[in-house]
Amino acid sequence: MRLPCPICGERDRREFYYQGAAVALNRPAPDADAAEWEDYVHLRDNQPGDLDELWSHDAGCGAWLVVTRNTVTHAVSGAKLVSEAAR
Amino acid sequence: MGFDRLTKGFSGLRVLKEGLTGNKGWTPHWRDPAPKPEYDIIIIGGGGHGLATAHYLASQHGITNVAVLEKGYLGGGNVGRNTTIVRANYMLPGNSEFYSHSLKLWEGLEEDLNYNVMHSQRGIINLFHSDGQRDAYARRGNQMIAQGDDAILLDRAGVQKELPYLDFDQTRFPIYGGLYHKRGGTARHDAVAWGFARSADSRGVDLIQQCEVTGIDIENGAVRGVQTTRGAIRAKKIGIVVAGRSSQVAAMAGMRLPIESHILQAFVTEGLKPCIDHVVTYGSGHFYISQSDKGGLVFGGDLDMYSSYASRGNLPTAEHVVEAAMTLMPMIGKARMLRSWGGIMDMSPDGSPVIDRTHIDGLYVNCGWCYGGFKATPGSGHTFAHLLATDAPHPVAARHRLDRFRTGRGILDEEATGSQHNLH
Repeated sequence: MRLPCPICGERDRREFYYQGAAVALNRPAPDADAAEWEDYVHLRDNQPGDLDELWSHDAGCGAWLVVTRNTVTHAVSGAKLVSEAAR
Repeated sequence: MGFDRLTKGFSGLRVLKEGLTGNKGWTPHWRDPAPKPEYDIIIIGGGGHGLATAHYLASQHGITNVAVLEKGYLGGGNVGRNTTIVRANYMLPGNSEFYSHSLKLWEGLEEDLNYNVMHSQRGIINLFHSDGQRDAYARRGNQMIAQGDDAILLDRAGVQKELPYLDFDQTRFPIYGGLYHKRGGTARHDAVAWGFARSADSRGVDLIQQCEVTGIDIENGAVRGVQTTRGAIRAKKIGIVVAGRSSQVAAMAGMRLPIESHILQAFVTEGLKPCIDHVVTYGSGHFYISQSDKGGLVFGGDLDMYSSYASRGNLPTAEHVVEAAMTLMPMIGKARMLRSWGGIMDMSPDGSPVIDRTHIDGLYVNCGWCYGGFKATPGSGHTFAHLLATDAPHPVAARHRLDRFRTGRGILDEEATGSQHNLH
């Protein structure tokens, strides 16, 4: 599997660190209730198909990316910098 | 054991009789019934855990108006796609007593099922490679003994005697010793599914294959039944036991689970003469191996570590596993690898399973087995059947709560890495 880093180009999966579904970018307000925090920290949609994920290009430019990847085929359909991802 | 069991079940006498009469008396192990309109309990998922649940519902609780719905064929999921290891060498309250309970069920399973599941207590040796790791394993061994299980701390010479083929001269991760769990071992995974299936069927449970659940009917906060590719079926209680697909089925009930699906790969070589007598794990290289009864060396390592429903892995993990294998056991380089496969794992944030009721009346989940569901098969079925039958958790599974992530109470942090998805 190869991931297209917007800065470095297409690179081997081994250069990247995986953080999981990109829900981490939707942090609840500090005073959100327990259910919202559980939802954010632990619960997942986890349906097969396209998934927005957070990957860090650790062994490259070090950027955090939002990668859209199909969890059934492993095909990557997009990658952008977290800083540019409109969420 | 009555005469009926000798002539209809499996026995030496029966095998002899069939051998002398052309093996014409063997019959299918289970019926192929059409779904009835209603059952007391529906179990979604005809894998090891679902079939075990059906067996124990019938044999322990006398509940036989039960259907097991399987979208493919019985035992065609993760139970047919794992590395067959059975053990109870935990040191985590909650999981510790659960797997201890499960191992005891394994030890009586063949008698219970009248079925040869080829349970082989060949022993597991967890190698350690530093003083700190030795201390940790000594502590783990003491905990195992304290809970009534077995453990022997082997020094380097002790390991050398048992496993002379390892590379003891390697400088990167020298072998200091190993924790020997003699009651651990392997079992034949397909036979486990078949044995549970045959037992449940013979007690009246309907095992319905090629029957995919497409919806869960809920009215006023309580389940009423399921929609399937073979029509609607009503039930007051429904158990979801679909490792790898738990999130998808739970979504039919409008639920989200603390699960991300990941791939765990395993590998098998060509058949060889017996050369590895135990299950061996590499404490510093994340590699484990045993030899199947057919002769193939069966081994694996870590998860691929990203979400996947592909039922196949990627090469970097294969390379990592093979590198670890060659470091520990150079002789493995002589063997040709026949095949590899990937199973879809229900990874929970703390690496431990969930066996619990849900907020919907009559809906129960059994999920999150991560990379270790096979050894749990009897224990999972036994405790889930108890929950379904009595609505109270079985004492050894009382900590496997669904709300532990929200409350923070009783997190079962399997690898002591924290309760976070990408760490398990």
